[in-house]
Amino acid sequence: MTTATQSAPMASGGVRLSWLVPTLYILFLLLPIYWLVNMSFKTNTEITGTFSLYPHDPTLRNYAVIFTDPSWYKGYINSIIYVVMNTVIAVSVALPAAYAFSRYRFLGDKHLFFWLLTNRMAPPAVFALPFFQLYSAFGLIDTHIAVALAHCLFNVPLAVWILEGFMSGVPKEIDETAYIDGYSFPKFFVKIYIPLIASGIGVAAFFCFMFSWVELLIARTLTTTDAKPIAAIMTRTVSASGMDWGVLAAAGVLTIIPGAIVIYFVRNYIAKGFALGRV
Amino acid sequence: MQKTWNNKAWFMVLPVLVLVAFSAVIPLMTVVNYSVQDTFGNNAFFWAGTDWFTDVLQSDRFWDALQRNLLFSGIILAIEIPLGILIALNMPKKGLGVPVCLVLMALPLLIPWNVVGTIWQVFGRVDIGLLGYTMAALGIQYNYVNNVFDAWVTLIVMDIWHWTSLVVLLCYAGLASIPDAYYQAAKIDGASRWAVFRYIQLPKMKRVLLIAFLLRFMDSFMIYTEPFVITGGGPGNATTFLSIDLVKTAIGQFDLGPAAALSLIYFLIILLLSWIFYTVMTNSDAQT
Repeated sequence: MTTATQSAPMASGGVRLSWLVPTLYILFLLLPIYWLVNMSFKTNTEITGTFSLYPHDPTLRNYAVIFTDPSWYKGYINSIIYVVMNTVIAVSVALPAAYAFSRYRFLGDKHLFFWLLTNRMAPPAVFALPFFQLYSAFGLIDTHIAVALAHCLFNVPLAVWILEGFMSGVPKEIDETAYIDGYSFPKFFVKIYIPLIASGIGVAAFFCFMFSWVELLIARTLTTTDAKPIAAIMTRTVSASGMDWGVLAAAGVLTIIPGAIVIYFVRNYIAKGFALGRV
Repeated sequence: MQKTWNNKAWFMVLPVLVLVAFSAVIPLMTVVNYSVQDTFGNNAFFWAGTDWFTDVLQSDRFWDALQRNLLFSGIILAIEIPLGILIALNMPKKGLGVPVCLVLMALPLLIPWNVVGTIWQVFGRVDIGLLGYTMAALGIQYNYVNNVFDAWVTLIVMDIWHWTSLVVLLCYAGLASIPDAYYQAAKIDGASRWAVFRYIQLPKMKRVLLIAFLLRFMDSFMIYTEPFVITGGGPGNATTFLSIDLVKTAIGQFDLGPAAALSLIYFLIILLLSWIFYTVMTNSDAQT
């Protein structure tokens, strides 16, 4: 990674200014987020009444509303339940498939691989209505498993692609040596292979988690009350007294936190994941 | 890598196949089914042939939405790709700055899309948002709710905020793979900063740039949640993109036939794009 590129690329004049570009960019990224955090600690009167760059009268009331009202905090629980279900399903079915794609050639493999990709690229808007009808027919509307299965549409292909990318980096000789040593395939796969691609599994799981977490359209279509994700609950903060901006901001801040925590662990692999395991 | 021919590998792919077939093929068949039929309610359906497809392809609504989609994708690509390269070139190469930059830059990518919408909706409001308030204080007329131009600018800036980091991260990964020896050789030859970029860095970034370009094009082509939250497709229909139009027709008005036909046309466009993406990916796999 760090092949010490400081030696040449920056011409003498550029060195002193080069920090400015990422700094300005990060400032641009953080400003809207800061504004949301700022709002979440203000009272509604301060938000609508005065204009202040920081909360003059900091309050935790907005967060208290969310943590004491089940219709709010259950949204977080619902989101986490279906996201975790989806991640587990997606990664566990993708593992053997990715192994097959990275090690063997078989009838129709390339077509199949391409077909998987088209599902990752499919617009969720196309699937919203048929999903609703399909899961209605199975009586699964408003359950966590419905959303988890529906998100497999784009997460399984993603997991297969990412894992295949990582697996192709493992030399085939390792498989062969293990067979010579008398390992059966399942034992080899669990005991030797999975530890070898542990980072790949982590990255695939992270991306499944992330794309399931940020998706709203399908999750909202398939749920009504019991499994409603937090993202959908947020769209209804209009009360009789007008918009409850403070609570909306607090809810938004709380949706950013899970991503901000996990991102640290995969910071060096994010690019690889977005390139579907191919950088 | 040399792969062995083994049709038993199908058994390992089977779980994926079943799962994706359930969540992709069955729904898609429903769509095909609706796209060739008409109904007057009561679950009575009539064969409509290709009527819906001709309807959709002849409607201004479809072409307008498609044009808006292409315009939007074009503008954000023209800004995000060069900006992403510029930032990646100026990223710190080692030290504490690297993880800090990576984590902070990746932050917008992990925010739920409707929260991204909410953040910008609030940020741009003239009464309570920092951006809107500053604009008003500077005496610039800015209102993304009523003004078409302002709505577009807000959406574009929002998308740049949301996704430029993807381009930066990919370019950064591409740049990090360049061996130090390349730069040393360039230094000995007395190559200019531009020559280093043009003949060393850009060719090495070609592959990741292609990926970034295609991913950004496809994802911006399917954009739904953010404009839905910020502008709701307005003012008027000024920011009604294909997917917003589709959801309005399918779930809002419950016009199954036209919605299904529109879905299939939309899906075919995506299929074509995916094919280009796949060809590019597998070709560059073969090269490296």
